[in-house]
Amino acid sequence: MSVQSSNTQEIDIEFRAVSKRFEDVVAVENVSLTVARGAFFSFLGPSGCGKTTSLRLIAGFDQPTEGEVFIGGNSVVGVPSHKRPVNMVFQQYALFPHMDVAANIGYGLRQRNPKPGKADITKRVDETLEMVRLGGYGKRKVWELSGGQQQRVALARALINRPTCLLLDEPLAALDRKLRREMQIELQTLQRDVGITFILVTHDQEEALSMSDTICIMREGKIIQSGSPRELYDEPVSKYVADFVGKTNFFSGEVVDSNGSSVSVKSVSGQVFVGLQAKGAVPLAKKSKASIAVRPEMISISAADETTQNSDIVIQGRVMNRIFLGEHSEYLIATEGFGDVLVLTPKVLESHSKGFAPGDQVSISWGPEAALVLGDT
Amino acid sequence: MKEDSQSNRWLTAALLAPTSLWFLVMLIFPLIVILVFSFGERAAVGGYAGGFTFEQYANLPSRLKAFQNTMIIAPAGTLLCLLVAYPLAYFLAVKVSRQYKLILLVLVIVPFWTSLLVRTYAWIFILGGRGIPTLLEFIGFEGVRLINTQGAVLVGIVYGYLPLMVFPLFVSLEKLDKTLLEASSDLGGSPFKTFLQVTLPLSMPGIATGCMLVFILLMGEFLIPAFLGGGKVFFIGNALVDLFLQSRNWPFGAAVSVTLVAIMLITVSLYMRLTMGGKSGRDQSLM
Repeated sequence: MSVQSSNTQEIDIEFRAVSKRFEDVVAVENVSLTVARGAFFSFLGPSGCGKTTSLRLIAGFDQPTEGEVFIGGNSVVGVPSHKRPVNMVFQQYALFPHMDVAANIGYGLRQRNPKPGKADITKRVDETLEMVRLGGYGKRKVWELSGGQQQRVALARALINRPTCLLLDEPLAALDRKLRREMQIELQTLQRDVGITFILVTHDQEEALSMSDTICIMREGKIIQSGSPRELYDEPVSKYVADFVGKTNFFSGEVVDSNGSSVSVKSVSGQVFVGLQAKGAVPLAKKSKASIAVRPEMISISAADETTQNSDIVIQGRVMNRIFLGEHSEYLIATEGFGDVLVLTPKVLESHSKGFAPGDQVSISWGPEAALVLGDT
Repeated sequence: MKEDSQSNRWLTAALLAPTSLWFLVMLIFPLIVILVFSFGERAAVGGYAGGFTFEQYANLPSRLKAFQNTMIIAPAGTLLCLLVAYPLAYFLAVKVSRQYKLILLVLVIVPFWTSLLVRTYAWIFILGGRGIPTLLEFIGFEGVRLINTQGAVLVGIVYGYLPLMVFPLFVSLEKLDKTLLEASSDLGGSPFKTFLQVTLPLSMPGIATGCMLVFILLMGEFLIPAFLGGGKVFFIGNALVDLFLQSRNWPFGAAVSVTLVAIMLITVSLYMRLTMGGKSGRDQSLM
């Protein structure tokens, strides 16, 4: 499967039919991709999907079993990590415990040949500390710092080398939720400021969606889908992608009719749904298993006796649970024949009423544009 | 609350009592005896006769050679042990796959299953006239003498003390976070620079512990120099055996012992300051 990054001008990182096997285990299988210069690119997937291995292939810690990796147009097959123009921010930061903050950050500069002068290194270290908002922390021991500060030291230690590409391996996984949000914003700002390519590995879909301009979803060593966050959310090519990116209601059934991109699926309970297939998805044959996916925010909810217009599908149900989320309310509706359905209603649409309480009989509906038909893979 | 801390204190005292008693009877008391003896005089039939004199200490220069040998060969042997043990420990801790690690570690200890006496006898044969020198004669090197030299003693030391050096090194290298090595490489450090800047400093606690173990034991060594050094390369340990058991000059023997302990204390504390100096409490706790 070949993937093109959204804004293709100059290519920074490229995989050509790359595979990586560890003895019997296939970590990455026949992956081809390009990452444009200056992009914020994410590998997203569950653990063991090959995303970290892909990153290690770029860093040079592992060499591909087959295929070639290119950095800035040059094949780096066989080039050891210390000769590659990329730098990595490690998951647990991997800061050197026997050096203070300044020595950690200056480490990369001291490895250069010829080695820059002491004064030059000190100046650059101080500048970089300022950049990650840790001015004056140079003499601190690394273990005295909080998780967020260690994270910034790790960033500074990588960025000071002005790599063509910065690799981030689950950089925010060790931080608490609030700090993670802050660092997400900080990383994005930093990336715009320094203008270099960021490649992020994460299992957190929210993190990938909020930061990157291209996401590559991986599963069992292969790329399942790649595109902008919006494309992945609105037009997932498979149930796996839809399930991974955001919350979705699935109604499984069998394809009864297919007419270009519009597909009819007959659900287990006999209802026929019509939905669209995403561009780039494998066309579904008649009688094949498929799922209808409807995002919770695409479903509207109304009292059972109210009439709804302009809707394709109307299903009766009973409110099981309501979670108030501030700007949204999340309802869980029990239906007959369609299982439990998740509905997300914005507060503004509820303002005319008090919303619904558990036990209320309601009808839920969605329009023809809301449903997507997905293959069950 | 008060009663609680009271009973806690009793518990602590009770737990510490056996060890304290052991140290008192087996370490402090003998040390005091030796110290007292060192200021006494030799009885006419040998052994100890009371008195207070500095004669024994004044007589120390007569054993200068033993002190010299010990002070040169013990540090040299320790260094040699370190140089041989480090690559081995590194290999075991970093390179060997998990499944073979245990087997190889056991192999390091296997020599301990027989007594050092027997193993040193074996070296007498290997280094002696019918051992390696005979082999060398075959390929044309005649008249090579190995046994009863400093070299022979050093070989014996490295052989005998290697496991003591390997284990602390292995432990500290095994604990070393391998992603730090990747981080160094990622930042442009060649394998050699990575070793010097990351692996070596972070294995310092293991180096310090191993060197300390080997050095302290070597200072009192007598078996290896007696067997492989003949009468030519003798340690303070050999002098002590001679003084206490052969010539039965206990006060002089005691004075030599006290001097040995003093030298050891000084070198060890200097060494500790050198290797651990300027480091924080956290680094020391790694030991």
